[in-house]
Amino acid sequence: MFEQILVQTVNGLVNGMVLALVASGLTLIFGIMDVVNFAHGDLVMLGAFTGAVTVAQTGNFWLGLLVASLVIAAFGALLQIVTLRPLIGRDSLTTIIATFGISLVLQKYALWQFGPTAQNIPQPIPGRFELFYLQYPWYRLGAAVMAGAIIGALYLFLKYGKYGIWIRATTQDRIMAGAMGIPVPWVHTGVFAIGAAMAAASGVLFAPLAAVTQTMGAEFTLRAFSVVVVGGMGNLGGSILAALFISLLEAYASLVVSPSQAVIVSFVVLILTLLFRPTGLFVPTPIVPTAK
Amino acid sequence: MTTMGSQTHRRFWIVFLTVVTALALVPLGLPEFWRKFLTEILIWGLLAMSSDILIGYTGMVSFGHSAFFGLGLYGAAAALLVMRSPNLWIALAVGLAAAALVAVFVAYFATRLRDIYFAISTFVFSQIFYVIIFTWTDVTGGENGLYFTQPPFTIPGIWSGRFSTVSLHWFVLAVVALSYLALRRITQSPFGMVLQSIRENEPRTRAIGYHVERYKIVAVLLSGLFAGLSGTLYAIQHRFAAPDFVFFTVSGEVVIFNVMGGMGTLVGPVVGAAFFLLLREGLSRFWAEYYLIPLGIAFILMVIFMPQGLLGFWKRRLNQ
Repeated sequence: MFEQILVQTVNGLVNGMVLALVASGLTLIFGIMDVVNFAHGDLVMLGAFTGAVTVAQTGNFWLGLLVASLVIAAFGALLQIVTLRPLIGRDSLTTIIATFGISLVLQKYALWQFGPTAQNIPQPIPGRFELFYLQYPWYRLGAAVMAGAIIGALYLFLKYGKYGIWIRATTQDRIMAGAMGIPVPWVHTGVFAIGAAMAAASGVLFAPLAAVTQTMGAEFTLRAFSVVVVGGMGNLGGSILAALFISLLEAYASLVVSPSQAVIVSFVVLILTLLFRPTGLFVPTPIVPTAK
Repeated sequence: MTTMGSQTHRRFWIVFLTVVTALALVPLGLPEFWRKFLTEILIWGLLAMSSDILIGYTGMVSFGHSAFFGLGLYGAAAALLVMRSPNLWIALAVGLAAAALVAVFVAYFATRLRDIYFAISTFVFSQIFYVIIFTWTDVTGGENGLYFTQPPFTIPGIWSGRFSTVSLHWFVLAVVALSYLALRRITQSPFGMVLQSIRENEPRTRAIGYHVERYKIVAVLLSGLFAGLSGTLYAIQHRFAAPDFVFFTVSGEVVIFNVMGGMGTLVGPVVGAAFFLLLREGLSRFWAEYYLIPLGIAFILMVIFMPQGLLGFWKRRLNQ
């Protein structure tokens, strides 16, 4: 039993890191643009497909990761310019509705482009090590480390990079940032592209662990939403903690019930959070929302 | 003022009765397929109308209407499967009770939240019910769903017999028309005015002294009840319940109906449902399941360029 719990802890941490990568893109987009991106999971899915195609062509996983991130980043930028830029200044509810439409289109596009059969990416790191009674693949740990590295790079970029400072300035005060000469609309586009690239990267990292299908996006969207709300909307650190927290809980729950039912555990966490800490579990002091 | 009022009042009834009469007579001249299709539009229209109380009138976008619809559907299914001689009205009542139970649950938790948090929480709630229904195979049939027989069409003391497609259509039409009148009355009542004032300015409504949370809870309850009603009607028409109807894509379609038709008009969402279903019917003949690509693009364009929906757009054109 003790061994099972330890194995599930490792599983939870690995899944949590990949989920954290998805959620940090989502929370970044929300924090800066007030856009609740319903299509985020579908960007994960498109990234996974792009990665799968590239890996199948070239045989190089890391090239697949890079190409998928770049292609989806460019696609995300285009998407933002065409559909979300006209909605700036409208209710953030409008963006949920619009991105829901985008999600529908992307899902069916993937079905049309890549077909209904599930695709696979072989694990790039072949070895396994012994974890109690299991032969645990090294790749799972590798994926977690990669996800952590990408999130770390994002943090450093936001903290020290010139454009990172632009992004943070836009988050704090959109109008003032504009007055200081920061091209706010392009910051929005850039942030959406970064968020899309992170979604794509997590899709490629996740692909060797499970099959790539055109319906995988919805589950990611739902899980990322839960994480982002539990962690506090727009709060990067909170999202990462929440992703680990929720994934660990789900991993432990799947010891008792089937994995598809273990999802309910994360829903319960979400409901409790909404009830008692609607600003997020990991926010030090709840900020009183200001009237618009 | 009073003469003006009674004039618009009379005009409303004339238009209403004309439309209902037309909807009652049209299926007589339609082939079987389109007759059923029209009934289905009415059922989805009722679902869209029910969500309009929240989306259009109170300013709360619900992404979880599939839960109410689905529980109405499964509630009616349960009643029809358990009863030895299926009764239409008991099935309706059980479906409504199931939907109401879910609505109480969702209303209690979700109304503490606003804007996107409300939308996300309703979305998550509907997924909870989806997972429960999908995995609780012994009771719900899981992925395979439930099949049951259609109850006979009985009006106690007046009529008893089997449903034909026409009498089913009339029954659905009567339920939907009465629901519309009830919803219209509710939205024009002082209660409905408070809902609209919550939409326009929540802090001020609270400051005036209205208990905003209580109003929101009642709004979600009402909305859930009417959504459940449409679910039971669906059960009676299709004799089939599946977890797909509880999945969030149904909730999303309901939001699409509202946006396409025009939020906050009650009639708009029905028009939106008709528009969506007709487009889907037409497009899917050429593109099979890819119909969602052109339809989705049209939807996004409407969100950007026609936020007031088809009905609002027509009104504006007529006023010019």
